[in-house]
Amino acid sequence: MKSEFTSPIGKISQINGECISLIGNDIDTDRIIPARFLKCINFESLGESVFEDDRKTLKGRHPFDLEENKNASILIVNSNFGCGSSREHAPQALMRWGIKAIIGESFADIFYSNCIAIGIPCFTLPKESVQHIQKYNNNKRLFLNIDLKNSLAKSKDANFHLEIKDSSKKMFLSGEWDATSTLLENENLIEKKYNNLPYLKFNTHFL
Amino acid sequence: MSQDTLFDKVWDLHKVSNLPGGSDQIFIGLHLIHEVTSPQAFGALKDKNLKVKFPNRTVATVDHIVPTDNQSRPFKDNLAEQMIETLENNCLQNKIKFFNIGSGNQGIVHVVAPELGLTQPGMTIACGDSHTSTHGAFGAIAFGIGTSQVRDVLATQTIAMNKLKVRQIWCDNKLSNGVYAKDLVLHIINELGVKAGVGFAYEFAGPAIDELSMEERMTICNMSIEGGARCGYINPDENTFNYIKNKLCAPKYEHWDKALLWWKSLKSDENSIYDDVFKLDASKVEPTVTWGITPGQSIGINQQIPLLDDLPPSDQFVAEEAYEYMGFKPGQSIKDIPIDVCFIGSCTNGRISDLRVAAKVIKDKKVSKKVKAFVVPGSEKVASEAKKEGIDKIFKDSGFQWREPGCSMCLAMNSDKLTGNQISASSSNRNFKGRQGSPSGRTLLMSPAMVAAAAINGKVSDVREFINK
Repeated sequence: MKSEFTSPIGKISQINGECISLIGNDIDTDRIIPARFLKCINFESLGESVFEDDRKTLKGRHPFDLEENKNASILIVNSNFGCGSSREHAPQALMRWGIKAIIGESFADIFYSNCIAIGIPCFTLPKESVQHIQKYNNNKRLFLNIDLKNSLAKSKDANFHLEIKDSSKKMFLSGEWDATSTLLENENLIEKKYNNLPYLKFNTHFL
Repeated sequence: MSQDTLFDKVWDLHKVSNLPGGSDQIFIGLHLIHEVTSPQAFGALKDKNLKVKFPNRTVATVDHIVPTDNQSRPFKDNLAEQMIETLENNCLQNKIKFFNIGSGNQGIVHVVAPELGLTQPGMTIACGDSHTSTHGAFGAIAFGIGTSQVRDVLATQTIAMNKLKVRQIWCDNKLSNGVYAKDLVLHIINELGVKAGVGFAYEFAGPAIDELSMEERMTICNMSIEGGARCGYINPDENTFNYIKNKLCAPKYEHWDKALLWWKSLKSDENSIYDDVFKLDASKVEPTVTWGITPGQSIGINQQIPLLDDLPPSDQFVAEEAYEYMGFKPGQSIKDIPIDVCFIGSCTNGRISDLRVAAKVIKDKKVSKKVKAFVVPGSEKVASEAKKEGIDKIFKDSGFQWREPGCSMCLAMNSDKLTGNQISASSSNRNFKGRQGSPSGRTLLMSPAMVAAAAINGKVSDVREFINK
């Protein structure tokens, strides 16, 4: 758990950091942050509870408890990471623990869009490459320099060509991932849509 | 000739703009909020000095944290009390309609909105909850969003999203006696896998779907997300219109005729082009039970827990994890596994028809002494209807506890939890590790009728042995 947390802000083009590997398919958001920690009205204290139950079960041997991972910020995962509920508390907890980017075989839809919305790029790599990184990372520290514009992750020994949706990449590079202001720019179009939707006309007594 | 799916039509209708990044800006016709995923969104709105743009397009209720035994205020749990108070204040300050406890309309958000007639065909519906896909049963395009997107909907009534592909899931024939919508959707998720739906909306269609009641259709669409699809829908038909008619917020008088005309124009065109089609024979589906830690790990009641070698290599890793966590052996029968707790409720199966079916099984029988069994109605309306029909009495006479409406032990944010490594037979939607409140608790998902059968026998049982007698 890092001492100081600052939310990402503005354009994101470069992420540098040590990797932390978490092995397993279909790791769901209940595991990332169990529901009892959702009883809060802000996200601030979630970082310490990330993977709480898995960590307790593994009694200090969970990757998020290992001393050598304590400064890591790039999470390496397998397939369908973040499946299950829409709770943004899951990526928020990861981010507040110190995660700044995630590389995996695949991600669940809502988890992925939640990550974008809070400024955590998620990249995909083929299974073999992910497993290669996880295997390497198992014995040695791995420091990656991620260049978002070129979708490239460089380390001392190897380079990886990362996959990321074009639209997500553009949003990070432009800062548009923090979507509210971009959406508000089209205020006139929103009003027009509101006034023209057929069902809003026959739901005049709606509520 | 147009070859658009309902999804295409509704999406295009709600598209506000192409955003510079390449995603679409989509107008949200109905926004539903609850106490868990909205407080931070209102907080962010305040930080950005923004107002709720269309307060009349957002509706709130409280469901996740409500106690189901004693609902008097303040709640015993301080954190739960703080959450409901925050929602009350946010709704009051922003002029948002809030269906609070005691209003007669409180309940699980995905039970409440349809029964109020808020959910209608052709709408886009968003809520900070993954089971928002439920509303797709009415031919709406409905999906779960995170808290930052809740903030965006509050501030702009729109979100940034990429258009989904559409997979049609065609269900031939019809479900056999003792087999329900829950069995069908568990079967579909098992066939396709828990991540096949990523990037897709699922269109459920075919004779077996046409036959289903609206409540059964909601059960199917509800669990789309368990198959990876954040959106699932069914083309609207007479069933849909009849369900909506005369509901509190349904269009009335001359508006009803206009609505009907428009709703009928919405369904997928006959020669719609789908990105994928999957067909199955619904008559082959058996009462289905999960044995593992993902909703895809399910089998028919007469089958055995699969051997590792019988599974595709990509499923083996999680299967091994599941054997260990569940304490079950590959090759073991699912039938007769002892049950500690029986839970009937949730946005998947907490509606009146679910309670009716389960009550029919349990009537004049007793819950096994080894089992703690409880029913949590999906809403205040469901509860009052059940009482009117005497269903609450049937449950209570059999030994079930009858509780107040809420999400309850589906995700155990209140005090309804498993303890230790108890096994539950649950009509809910997720069997993830620790889902029902104990880090080592075990969940077997099944239909409400199957939960009732398990309650009587104290072990996993085939409900057909009760209803076919």
